[in-house]
Amino acid sequence: MIPGAFEYHRPASVDEAIALLSRHGDEGRVIAGGHSLVPMMKLRLAEPGHLIDLQGLDSLRGIQQAGRCIEIGAMTTQQEVAASELLAEVCPILREAALLIADPQVRYCGTLGGNVANGDPGNDMPAVMQCLDASFVLRGPKGEREVPARNFYEAAYFTARAEDELLTAVSLPIPPAGHGYAYEKLKRKVGDYATAAAAVVLIMNGGTCESASIALTNVGQTPLFAEAAGQTLVGTKVDEAAVAMAVEAAKGIAEPVADMRGPEEYRTHVTGVMVRRAVERALARAQA
Amino acid sequence: MTDATEMTLEEREATLGGIGCARKRKEDIRFIQGKGNYVDDIELPGQVFGDFVRSPYAHARVKSIDTAAAKAVPGVLAVLTAEDLKPLNLHWMPTLAGDTQAVLADQKVHFQNQEVAFVIGEDRYAVSDGIQAVEVDYEDLPVLVDPKQALAEDAPVLREDVEDKDNVGQGVRKHPNHIFAWEAGDRDETDKAFAGAAVTVKEEIFYQRVHPCPLEPCGCVASMDPVRGELTLYGTFQAPHVVRTVVSLIAGLPEHKIRVIAPDIGGGFGNKVGAYPGYVCATVGTIVLGRPVKWVEGRIDNLSTTAFARDYHMTGELAADSNGRIAAIRVHVLADHGAFNAHAQPSKWPAGLFSIVTGSYDIPSAHIAVDGVYTNKAPGGVAYRCSFRVTEASYLIERMIDVLAQKVGLDKAEVRLRNFVTPEQFPYTSCLDWEYDSGDYHTALNKVLEAVDYQGLLAEQAEKRKRGELMGIGLATFTEIVGAGPSRNCDILGIGMFDSCEIRIHPTGSAIARLGTKSQGQGHETTYAQILATELGIPSDDITVEEGDTDTAPYGLGTYGSRSTPVAGAAAAQAARKIKAKAQKIAAHMLEVGEKDLEWEVDRFKVKGLPEKTATMKEIAFAAYQNLPEGLEPGLEAVNYYDPPNFTYPFGAYLCVVDVDRLTGEVKVRRFYALDDCGTRINPMVIEGQVHGGLTEAFAIAMGQELTFDETGNIQGASFMDYFLPTAVETPVWETDFTVTPSPHHPIGAKGVGESPNVGGVSAFSNAVVDAFAHLGVSHMPMPHTPWRVWKQCQALGIGE
Repeated sequence: MIPGAFEYHRPASVDEAIALLSRHGDEGRVIAGGHSLVPMMKLRLAEPGHLIDLQGLDSLRGIQQAGRCIEIGAMTTQQEVAASELLAEVCPILREAALLIADPQVRYCGTLGGNVANGDPGNDMPAVMQCLDASFVLRGPKGEREVPARNFYEAAYFTARAEDELLTAVSLPIPPAGHGYAYEKLKRKVGDYATAAAAVVLIMNGGTCESASIALTNVGQTPLFAEAAGQTLVGTKVDEAAVAMAVEAAKGIAEPVADMRGPEEYRTHVTGVMVRRAVERALARAQA
Repeated sequence: MTDATEMTLEEREATLGGIGCARKRKEDIRFIQGKGNYVDDIELPGQVFGDFVRSPYAHARVKSIDTAAAKAVPGVLAVLTAEDLKPLNLHWMPTLAGDTQAVLADQKVHFQNQEVAFVIGEDRYAVSDGIQAVEVDYEDLPVLVDPKQALAEDAPVLREDVEDKDNVGQGVRKHPNHIFAWEAGDRDETDKAFAGAAVTVKEEIFYQRVHPCPLEPCGCVASMDPVRGELTLYGTFQAPHVVRTVVSLIAGLPEHKIRVIAPDIGGGFGNKVGAYPGYVCATVGTIVLGRPVKWVEGRIDNLSTTAFARDYHMTGELAADSNGRIAAIRVHVLADHGAFNAHAQPSKWPAGLFSIVTGSYDIPSAHIAVDGVYTNKAPGGVAYRCSFRVTEASYLIERMIDVLAQKVGLDKAEVRLRNFVTPEQFPYTSCLDWEYDSGDYHTALNKVLEAVDYQGLLAEQAEKRKRGELMGIGLATFTEIVGAGPSRNCDILGIGMFDSCEIRIHPTGSAIARLGTKSQGQGHETTYAQILATELGIPSDDITVEEGDTDTAPYGLGTYGSRSTPVAGAAAAQAARKIKAKAQKIAAHMLEVGEKDLEWEVDRFKVKGLPEKTATMKEIAFAAYQNLPEGLEPGLEAVNYYDPPNFTYPFGAYLCVVDVDRLTGEVKVRRFYALDDCGTRINPMVIEGQVHGGLTEAFAIAMGQELTFDETGNIQGASFMDYFLPTAVETPVWETDFTVTPSPHHPIGAKGVGESPNVGGVSAFSNAVVDAFAHLGVSHMPMPHTPWRVWKQCQALGIGE
């Protein structure tokens, strides 16, 4: 449980961090909270030659509203996400999801940027960001671009981020007031990754579903945006028949692997249970 | 003499902080401030570090080991392989069970993560780089992870080194992968009882492989003084004196030249009883290099290589009449011991005390048979917070009695009450020859049933079942057998399982007591001091308790199997009584009366009929160093080696209520009520802490812990990512209660309690989960009751969707 040797860098600016990333290519790895990377390094499953620590970059911290959007700096911790009054008011699913990540000690170190950038299918925030249709702001030597969360994840630990790019912020549209939301996560214990989890945002109008967004955690190589599942709810009263169809649609895209949490069949089944419970809770919270 | 303090009798008793006092633990002052001193805190001048190259294969031939590149890594000082240990005859070591275990793989590896080479370097970083640089060429061999397949006729032979031996220390073998066969009871009589029984039940019950998983893993620092020829070995040892003897026998060093020190230990639960290759390699390292060598294993190493527990494949059968009265029990066990037979049991007991399997019930006939087998898994077989194999036995009978109740259509409490040994039967000799010292099982169970409103729970359950909801009520009414043990029954390496206490009273009336046991968190410094306070009349605050240094403490067999209070606690009381006897002589001299004219009162001797003429223990202590009667030697010291006349038999009645989510398979423990009877209660708060800890571990075992292997022998889930160590969030709320039935043969009537909650707890949880499905015809479900397994049961019943 001892990492291999590496050079440690602590850039003072985002530009310096990007320059370091460009210089060291695939030998360079960014470290934010370290809760995914450090265990991998201790097992020598990751052996970066250069570790670029972002802790000195205060410009990457903070949660701001900009018009109809919320911008969250990549180095904002999960604890800060959970404690934000602004988010609690305009996008409370983020608090609900953040509080289901690990334990308080980890949440004080772990960052939102690290959670979404790492590409670990076990992380919770990627599916939540897909559900909210957030975008990730990437900065590299050639400038800045935004990639929607729904297009960001390619395979486990592979994302649309180029090697010389830094994920600097998450930008998300504020869901309409009165939206219903829920993040349902089945896990074995505090600190565990999800056996299956579902993020749901519902917008109801006059008892009819105007829009529904569903995304799944840890039941595939990447977070899964369950677009068809959400579509089955739109235009319905979110009654039993519609929910059952949404559940089946979500289960249809789940491709969990068997692990100590259970065999594939079980994890697919509980994906459906989490979707159902998240939809029911979101519906109860939504203002018709 | 006058009483300077003029305290009342009650105040004087309270000042002692003796038996029965719920005082806070003395040791916690340093622990809660982070001032404990654990093995990894030890830093000796010139100390270096060692760690292992481990096998990625579960079964393979080691064709070659190339250490050249590793030796070239900056900071690496030495790389040891079996070839290097061979000239010292240390490449294999004896186990506590009469087998041998490879210290470093000799020609073959037999389990994944087995120790293959030991790299020593200036620091952990150099060692870690060195480990990466060792090149081992393996040729993989067919793997056996299923003990049933291990006994197949054409099964690959795992232990080629003992292939030709017909005995590997514990009896005759019948197959190259067979270790021993052991039987107890009367087969013919049992068969006869089954043949004539109105009702018989049979169940396959597997108690999965688990690991004690102490928070602190195993480790040591070995330091050879080359000038004096003395070896000091610091380590995480539950039994430091035994370690010294073993080191002397293995390494050929004279025992007086070896000092073993067990500093503070962060939990043991049986995991720290045995000897591990790390201890041998660190010792060889310090002898070779002349510098202290530290070895501390990591979490994955701990879970995957140091001693596991259980792994018992049991077949249980009960024969009964139509009223549920049990006539006989029959059990067969296939015991998976892994690659080397390194389980820790008293020498004569290859299945430990498994024959306590009749439990709290008066069963006329029994027959049990146990076959031990080799597989490609880590060696071990320790008691994980239970006396030797008692939790397996207790789980078997507590499950089977529920199966019987279901078959005869009786309530599970009723069937227990009908079969309990009755109070007037004590001392009770079971058909498997254990003499239960004392007990009152009916009172205990009835108290619990009343406390939880059992009838009310049954009514609620019936209502819920009508609505299709799953609620389970589990009972466990267990009897433990602890305090190993009488030397006629028990020895380790031929040494009787006595224990010891040595007390020295200082002139000013304070004292030091040293014992042969070793606390790993049990609170010995508090508990022993309380026994001594009551026995000696000296406040427990004025008594230092020391353990773990073989140069200062008297020889003892250590702490495991709930033996500290029953054995060393008795030694403490007996040594104190020797001191009191001498004190009485001194008091008679001080008070100028005859010894027989004196009587003891809390903290002093009084002259009978003259209550103002007293000599306090404090005054006597001073007199012992200057004012002695003619012919009495000065000082006030005593030592006692206590060989217990019998085991002690703590018992309890536990009740657990669960609700099952049939869609996710999650089991929520709604209520857990634990009544324990451990005889005389020394410190109720320490007992409560022990019970909370034991129940939490029982919860972990029943609901999540397991070490499994894939077909190629890769260990699954050997890290905290998967291995279930519950946090406060998952852990249920515990309600505790007690009755007091003292042990008649123990000097203060105490029985030991540390392991009862684990023994009884696992059954109570498991019985509750199965009970949630009992109305649907389910009689048994395999542990651990993880959500997916429970859901599979729901799915099989058609209620999982």
